[in-house]
Amino acid sequence: MILSVMRAGWMNLRRDRAALVLSFVVPIVFFSIFASVFGGKGKGQTSKITLAVADEDQSLHSGNLLDALRGDSALKLVEAPPGKGEMKFNAATAEAFVRAGSAPVALVIPKGFGATKIDFAGSNGTGQPTLLLVADTSDPIASPMVNGLLQKSVMTSMPHMFMQGGVAVVDQFSGGLTPEQHANLDKSFSMLQMSSAAQGKTSGAGSPMVNIKVNDVLGATKKSPMVAFYAAGVGVMFLLFTAANAGGALLEENESGTLDRILTTRLSLTQLLVGKMAYLTTLGVTQLTIMFVWGAVAFGLELFSHLAGFFVMAVATALACSAFGLLIASLSRTRAQLSAITTLCVLTLSAVGGSMFPRFLMSETLQKVGLITFNAWALEGFIKVFWREQSVASLWPEVAVLLATTMVFFVTARKLTRRWEIS
Amino acid sequence: MSAQPLLISGLVKTFGGARALDGVDLELQTGEVLGVLGPNGAGKSTMVRAVMGRVAADAGSILIFGTIAVAGDPVPRLRIGFVPQEIALYPLLTVKENLIVFGRYQGLSGGALSDAIDRSLEWAALAERAADQVKKLSGGMKRRLNIAAGVLHRPRVLMLDEPTVGVDPQSRERIYSMIESLREDGVSLIYTTHYMEEAERLCDRIAVMDHGKVIASGTKDELVKSTVGTGREIRIEVGNDIPPHLGQELIEDGAVVDDKRITFFSDLPAQDVARLIGRLAEEAITVADLSIRTPTLERVFLHLTGRELRE
Repeated sequence: MILSVMRAGWMNLRRDRAALVLSFVVPIVFFSIFASVFGGKGKGQTSKITLAVADEDQSLHSGNLLDALRGDSALKLVEAPPGKGEMKFNAATAEAFVRAGSAPVALVIPKGFGATKIDFAGSNGTGQPTLLLVADTSDPIASPMVNGLLQKSVMTSMPHMFMQGGVAVVDQFSGGLTPEQHANLDKSFSMLQMSSAAQGKTSGAGSPMVNIKVNDVLGATKKSPMVAFYAAGVGVMFLLFTAANAGGALLEENESGTLDRILTTRLSLTQLLVGKMAYLTTLGVTQLTIMFVWGAVAFGLELFSHLAGFFVMAVATALACSAFGLLIASLSRTRAQLSAITTLCVLTLSAVGGSMFPRFLMSETLQKVGLITFNAWALEGFIKVFWREQSVASLWPEVAVLLATTMVFFVTARKLTRRWEIS
Repeated sequence: MSAQPLLISGLVKTFGGARALDGVDLELQTGEVLGVLGPNGAGKSTMVRAVMGRVAADAGSILIFGTIAVAGDPVPRLRIGFVPQEIALYPLLTVKENLIVFGRYQGLSGGALSDAIDRSLEWAALAERAADQVKKLSGGMKRRLNIAAGVLHRPRVLMLDEPTVGVDPQSRERIYSMIESLREDGVSLIYTTHYMEEAERLCDRIAVMDHGKVIASGTKDELVKSTVGTGREIRIEVGNDIPPHLGQELIEDGAVVDDKRITFFSDLPAQDVARLIGRLAEEAITVADLSIRTPTLERVFLHLTGRELRE
């Protein structure tokens, strides 16, 4: 008897393709995605941190430091804004670069950095050379990591600075060095400078001897800095689920014969699909609004000061998600198929597009792949509005991609639904 | 000159090698109820869907009020209503909300829509249930609403595809009276069914379909006369065994003898029954049961196709 129950279960499963896919294919797909994201499949897949550098000192010392940073395999240095020819970053343009989301962190080497001697005399760091890190803390890893790498590079690339500092203390407390000793030391400094410039990559460790000031240019003024990020991520993911589910109404109408009736009225299939799109879009905008209002009330999300940007992104995102819902409904033959396709597509899009975990945690390859997904653009738009405080006009690339996606999805869905129109 | 509501000529439709329609010819006159009778898979629904523009025919033509109606073109079909076989309604919406939705899809609005809804609710005897969700209605009520949703725009031709499937006899009577009132209003109807009694009761003419073809059409009497004749079917159940010589005699007279049952057809049933009973009495055979039946469409169908309608 029990065996019969078990056998009936397996026979049913074998004939239900959707359940089969959900049981065996979807887990493998997800395992592969997560393994790629966190496992970095193979070597050299780990994401490099993009570091914008503004060398305002232009000294030999700052040059040595940059050489050391260039040689670090964990960093990808950007020294000039793209499309500006030979013009290198200064403090302002580097900060703008970070604010625009082009790099998670920028290093500003201030004027006079190389001329400042390290003070070992216990002046509470006031005499130390100071480097400035301009950080976007939506990537919580980049800034601390660059900070650590910077300390290492300073220690290894500029030993003469530490030596100069040490000699100054000896000179002060030993009763003074002789001119001959000074001459020998100067000669040694020069050799050391040349040697460190040549080596650059020497590893080493030590306690922080250079002041590094971190300026959180985006999150510092926010009450609850990461809420916007997660509101957008979760919001877009659930919008995809809602749209796909609601798109299934079309399948139900087809299965129940209601579509047959509708298509014998004055309503055309195109009008029906446009009407469904309009419904799904208003549903999506309402869903996002409720979610962000809740974020504002419960978690201090700054919604009311970003209403215009929110509205633009909410409409563009809801349009794309609605068209996505219609597309996968039109791809499916039954509700069971739709359910399997929805689970597979939405979770994949959410994983690769950055709804589940930030894209900056992914390998460079996956980050590029993520840009193929429209939800990654939607997320980027919301982040621009709530995190980077950018203007509504700056949203044009994201809005353009989302609208183009909407058009492509809708036209494809219309073509696929032709089979329902006339058999 | 007013053209006839519907003229179908040589309609052919093949689905993956199977001929669903194999040269259908059909004509619907003004104010007529044309029953399309046939078993499941005969091609009735495909024919209706072709008329409604939902199936593109491989060959043949459909003329609606004299205008060629190609698949997907809604214009010639504006005066046609359609009642699908399925309960094509939104179960979570109320009765009235469903009528509003389908009325708007038919291009009605404002006062015209309100009037149409009130009229339909009254006609389908659903006024008291107007605010109830469709999913809470009985099967018969859903069927009535299904029909009402197809006539909101007052079509001049109505295509009803098996509108009483799964309905209890009482509800079916109500649906019959709805159909009869449409006929009184001069609406021309095509009514597909595999219920003989429906076709006999409601239809002015009947087209018998099988394997994608109209194999016979006419009034019931015409169909009977041209197929099984007008003779009554007489069936006698006897109480004793029929002796072989009597059985042989009856078979030679055209009767079918099956154990204790004798069946034959007669244009003069009274005389023939009296004569047979006398003959049975001579052989001391008692009569247990006797029935005289007029020819049915069931017999017509059996005669035409060699099988029962519900096979």
